[in-house]
Amino acid sequence: MERSAPLALVLAGHVDHGKSSLLGRLLHELDLLPAGKAEELAAMSTRRGVPLEWSFVLDGFQAERDQAITLDTTRVRLKTPHREFVVIDAPGHKELLKNMIGGASSAAAALLVLDVQAGSEEQTLRHAYLLKLLGVHALLVAINKMDLVGYAEAAFAARSHEVTVALHKIGIEPRAIVPVSARDGANLRERGAMPGWYRGPSLIDALEALPAATPEHALPLRMPVQDVYRQGERRVLAGRLDSGRLAVGDELVFSPSGRSAKVAELLAWPDAAPDQVEAGGNASIVLDRPLVVERGDMASHHEHAPKLTAVFDAEIFWLSATPLIPGRELTMQLGTRSAGIRVQAIRHRIDVATLAPELASTIAAGEIASVTLRAHELIAVDDFAAMPATGRFVLRDAYVTVGGGIIDASGYPDHRAMPERARNLTPMRHQVTETERASRFGHVGAVVWLTGLSAAGKSTLAMALERRLFDGGYATYVLDGDNVRRGLNANLGFSPEDRQENIRRVGEAAALFAEAGFVCITAFISPYRDDRRRARAAVAKGHFLEVYVKADLAACEARDPKGLYRRAREGELKDFTGIDSPYEEPQAADLILDTTQEDIAACVDKLTEFVAARCRV
Amino acid sequence: MPDYLHALEQQSIHVIREAYARLKPLAMLWSLGKDSNTMVWLVRKAFLGRVPFPVMLLDTGNEFPEVYAFRDRLLAEWGLDYVNAACPPVEATDATLPPAARAAARKTLGLKAIIAERGFRGILLGIRRDEQLIRGKERVFSPRRPDGSWDFRDQPAEFWDHYQTDFPADVHVRVHPLLAWTELDIWRYVERERIPVCELYFARGGKRYRSLGESDITFPIDSDAATIPEIIAELEQTRQSERAGRAMDHEREDTFERLRAAGYM
Repeated sequence: MERSAPLALVLAGHVDHGKSSLLGRLLHELDLLPAGKAEELAAMSTRRGVPLEWSFVLDGFQAERDQAITLDTTRVRLKTPHREFVVIDAPGHKELLKNMIGGASSAAAALLVLDVQAGSEEQTLRHAYLLKLLGVHALLVAINKMDLVGYAEAAFAARSHEVTVALHKIGIEPRAIVPVSARDGANLRERGAMPGWYRGPSLIDALEALPAATPEHALPLRMPVQDVYRQGERRVLAGRLDSGRLAVGDELVFSPSGRSAKVAELLAWPDAAPDQVEAGGNASIVLDRPLVVERGDMASHHEHAPKLTAVFDAEIFWLSATPLIPGRELTMQLGTRSAGIRVQAIRHRIDVATLAPELASTIAAGEIASVTLRAHELIAVDDFAAMPATGRFVLRDAYVTVGGGIIDASGYPDHRAMPERARNLTPMRHQVTETERASRFGHVGAVVWLTGLSAAGKSTLAMALERRLFDGGYATYVLDGDNVRRGLNANLGFSPEDRQENIRRVGEAAALFAEAGFVCITAFISPYRDDRRRARAAVAKGHFLEVYVKADLAACEARDPKGLYRRAREGELKDFTGIDSPYEEPQAADLILDTTQEDIAACVDKLTEFVAARCRV
Repeated sequence: MPDYLHALEQQSIHVIREAYARLKPLAMLWSLGKDSNTMVWLVRKAFLGRVPFPVMLLDTGNEFPEVYAFRDRLLAEWGLDYVNAACPPVEATDATLPPAARAAARKTLGLKAIIAERGFRGILLGIRRDEQLIRGKERVFSPRRPDGSWDFRDQPAEFWDHYQTDFPADVHVRVHPLLAWTELDIWRYVERERIPVCELYFARGGKRYRSLGESDITFPIDSDAATIPEIIAELEQTRQSERAGRAMDHEREDTFERLRAAGYM
């Protein structure tokens, strides 16, 4: 007989609203407690001088029973007449939020428990918001402790209205709102004990009506590579499919490298080798050709591949006692990939009481915020809204889990998209060759890419180099902020993504100049290694000369010819490189010019000689 | 549409592969019960027939003779890299524990000793949440302090299945691939996969063992279930807890919690 999977249901709600008691009583009503358990509970309760406490069924720790509070999640199977559940009892106390999120992260549905007398409290709303964030859409509300208000319709109606309005603001429509009393066992299994005014379902009826978890095999294929095993001469890729399907003969592309190969064989033991594997299944793959693939790579099909980007927005929950600030370096675990990231900006914080976004410069433990993250290298990401399993991540600081979140990379360019689109183009062969151009100009084309902090001397050096080269008979031109932002990049602003796109276009334009035979000089801060690496990749090998115009922050700030550093220090300019936005020094510059050690004339001489040596034929 | 046992199986294989990729050296505990035999089976599925790390019995010398015989049979059949980890005598255990718990605590000491000797970073264990309330609180990847103890008040957060596998060098990690399984799931899977189990589970003369521990502190239950389908039918009806025959669970309210906090499985 095929059995369908039990529905994972998390209990959420404020501390003391009766989550564990409700579950304990449910188990009793469904006759699922072991023989003698009710008597054991009575004995435990008597020992502590409290009335029969149903929560003791779940609260396994001595300390939990002594304090009558759930410290950590418990999972129990719940078998109702028509369905099976795994119920996750999560703590409601503010300090234990990480355990609540851990429990909720594996749930497909939630039961929000609300004390009829207390109403929505801080953790009620925080939990509801987190459930939405974690993608738990199917939600029931149980309004508990109805015995304390004499099962009054007015009390239920008032709470019911209040919670509906609050959930609506979060974007959740509860499937049902059910009045119950865990203590009396009222309206759990049957409506019978309820007064005549109540015509809705019993809690168990409402639970049984919850929708099943959505299967993920209809989504595009994602398989994070988990390991590579050697089997004699063969290499076997191991990975679990987070979504989609994979079959023998499929062409797989591995991100971020973009390498691809076909599935030659799927292995299994002791069962027969399968033709395909579906979401949730573990694959053991032999490829049709040797390929460098390692743990952390993401396998997909060419169609609907994940987005490649280093920057993206995320909604995160923060759990560390040390508040989160922009510039903080963390490790992000996304599937099997671990990536170094920097918090580029805090966009806003969510006030759970009002659910309004508010400006914030730090994020404290237990808070939810929208941030912009920048990985140290290109990574494969998915938007959580479309691809939940691969659109979520955990944040760690050394050995501590400090938070987690979901990705929204919409609005950021896909670095895979550009070559992908160009794929259908057949390049026209020029009749004029590179050699002919070089022999006419007397030099090969090249890009001289100056990078460094603002006021390091890039533009001065660029203009002086242009003059010297031109006078020496070179075809040369400088691209700088002034001539590029006026036209080519007139549609770009100064947001992180626009800055990245600005540099990408400069790199591509400079590459065209170089192909035309020019020595193209660029003068942009271009603070990120990734962006510079991409500019280098656009140019033929050996024709990209990265020049680090080096001057430390103190020197640049002292020069400050345009007063920009002062304005940044005063908070007038945001994300200013060196102040509140990082500069990643080149690791292998072709030339370093330290403008704090040598004067401009000496630097220009050095630079001119260097370029001439590399370009003259 | 894959069934529920398939989903459980695949989730466990994912955990086992994750442990193998991230925690080296890795070993697994093999108590020879139905759960740890299921785990060996899942390990072989994960690694295409092989068990690429040692399997260890924490041997008190008090296992049932049938269990030792069963071990010798499987060692030959499955070609396992077997480690017999001898447990220190009962005198070495915490004297404030009740007697049956002290007998069980010998295994804690045996485990600590073998971890210290072989430097294991990861240990696979076949415990399940539904066995015992305290085990219900466990993480899939559960770090242990250098003295082997369990900081159950401040367990690391475990979000989705992005398991944390990076810990300081002196910490070892208990990995629990079967945490989400129930006793019934195990029996249904044993039946489906034809996994060998020890004969003591099957009723003889109106008695059978539902849970296997040391012969001195484990007792049989009344049962006529002599086949796997009969065991499954019995479990679908019973209201007795699985560990009713394990003396150490019933001595005092907090005994099991104390055992586990000190490093018991």
